[in-house]
Amino acid sequence: MRYSGFKVIAEALTGHRGWKPVWREPQPKPSYDIVVIGGGGHGLATAYYLAKEFGEANVAVLEKGWIGGGNVGRNTTIIRSNYLLPGNEPFYEFSMKLWEGLEQDFNYNAMVSQRGVLNLCHTDAQRDAFTRRGNAMRLHGVDAVLLDRDGVRKIAPFLNFDNARFPIKGGLLQPRGGTVRHDAVAWGYARGADLHGVDIIQNCEVTGFRIENGKCLGVETTRGFIGAKKVGCAVAGASSQVMAKAGMRLPIESHVLQAFVSEGLKPLLPGVITYGAGHFYVSQSDKGGLVFGGDIDGYNSYAQRGNLPVIEDVCEGGMSLMPMIGRARLLRSWGGIMDMSMDGSPIIDRTDIQGLYFNGGWCYGGFKATPASGWCFAHLLATDMPHLHAAAYRLDRFRKGLMIDEKGMGAQPNLH
Amino acid sequence: MIINHPLLGPRDAQEFVYLGDAALIDRPDWQASGAVDRFYEYLYLRDNPAGMHRELWFHEQGDRSWLVVTRNTVTHEITSVELARDVARSRGRGK
Repeated sequence: MRYSGFKVIAEALTGHRGWKPVWREPQPKPSYDIVVIGGGGHGLATAYYLAKEFGEANVAVLEKGWIGGGNVGRNTTIIRSNYLLPGNEPFYEFSMKLWEGLEQDFNYNAMVSQRGVLNLCHTDAQRDAFTRRGNAMRLHGVDAVLLDRDGVRKIAPFLNFDNARFPIKGGLLQPRGGTVRHDAVAWGYARGADLHGVDIIQNCEVTGFRIENGKCLGVETTRGFIGAKKVGCAVAGASSQVMAKAGMRLPIESHVLQAFVSEGLKPLLPGVITYGAGHFYVSQSDKGGLVFGGDIDGYNSYAQRGNLPVIEDVCEGGMSLMPMIGRARLLRSWGGIMDMSMDGSPIIDRTDIQGLYFNGGWCYGGFKATPASGWCFAHLLATDMPHLHAAAYRLDRFRKGLMIDEKGMGAQPNLH
Repeated sequence: MIINHPLLGPRDAQEFVYLGDAALIDRPDWQASGAVDRFYEYLYLRDNPAGMHRELWFHEQGDRSWLVVTRNTVTHEITSVELARDVARSRGRGK
């Protein structure tokens, strides 16, 4: 079933009785060519591109819970490609370009909205760093606009420009950045993969790997053994847990990142605004709620909830930037589990076990990377060669000293 | 979270700075054979368990002692708090 304006009108006139479930509920087959562990954004995108771009017909996605119940449903929906380092910038721009064509590609309304991402700066040093970053982006063919104080005022006159501690000196704007409806990304990829013959198997937890003579033959699951020529693990948040079943230790710690939504308000924010000095970022959803977040809680956690001190800290940051939101009520908060890697950059690589591939360590940045992560992981699974734009995301880069340390924090995952 | 400091009693976790896995106490010997591999594992690889986790907290806004806190990473429940100094000594370290 393809969606179109005509279809929507036809359904409206006939009581919406013709809509069908958008993916099947198949029983797992005894074996597949490729099994992708994890039915989140990255796993579903991987399966979709495997089937559509790389012609792999015999693919399954195994999901422990339900589609859209993990980190893809637990984020602040921001997309951007304003990175600095050569290993990162082409990858995130590749992702940005895929976002721009995503809805036409998988025929599903993901509400991709390029409303702009504005990073505020508050010191001369920070402005210099943003100038450098903007130049790096331009050199990679990415849009970047350096704004002075008046330029920021034109976009967002309601900001607290007279903050004595962190006066707004300007900002770096990426007009092509924005937000996407996160659930629709998961549903659209699930539907697209299903239409190309991928089996999406929910409520199927991987409990172990069958590994003989250094070769992975398949996975043990709560629904029995499933054989596979190749297994790709894309379970960010639970990467350490799943890969430990294959006897691997990873350069990853799990931390909780909280996010928040206010009650619905009239249109207020033009786009995404980030306030690095106060650790706060905010956008407005299409329903009107302010969606915002700040730092991770800072200690290892698998609880999908945080603690109160960070809520207080984030709300203080919001109040210092936009005092007028003080009377808006906080509707809800949630926590997602972040795969904090040791340099703050992701990993897409094969492992020492033949036929076992790994995708994880996304830190905060997993959502915006969803299309490119799926595409590059599919490329690796299908061809055994790393994709050009993900070639730096090697598992052994820590051993070799080839870290991609975007934030310059070193091996301190709780600081990234 | 409240961390029950062995010397100072219950303190708010906000007074502390988190470092990570308590295995960081066991710094490898740089002169041993295979030290390069050991340092790679020491610096970068983590067990990262879901459940009981022994970890290092620094009482920065207090007595500046290092603590080994045993905490459940799924429930945030803290079951024991020791001075890191005592843990290191019990493993035969001089200080």
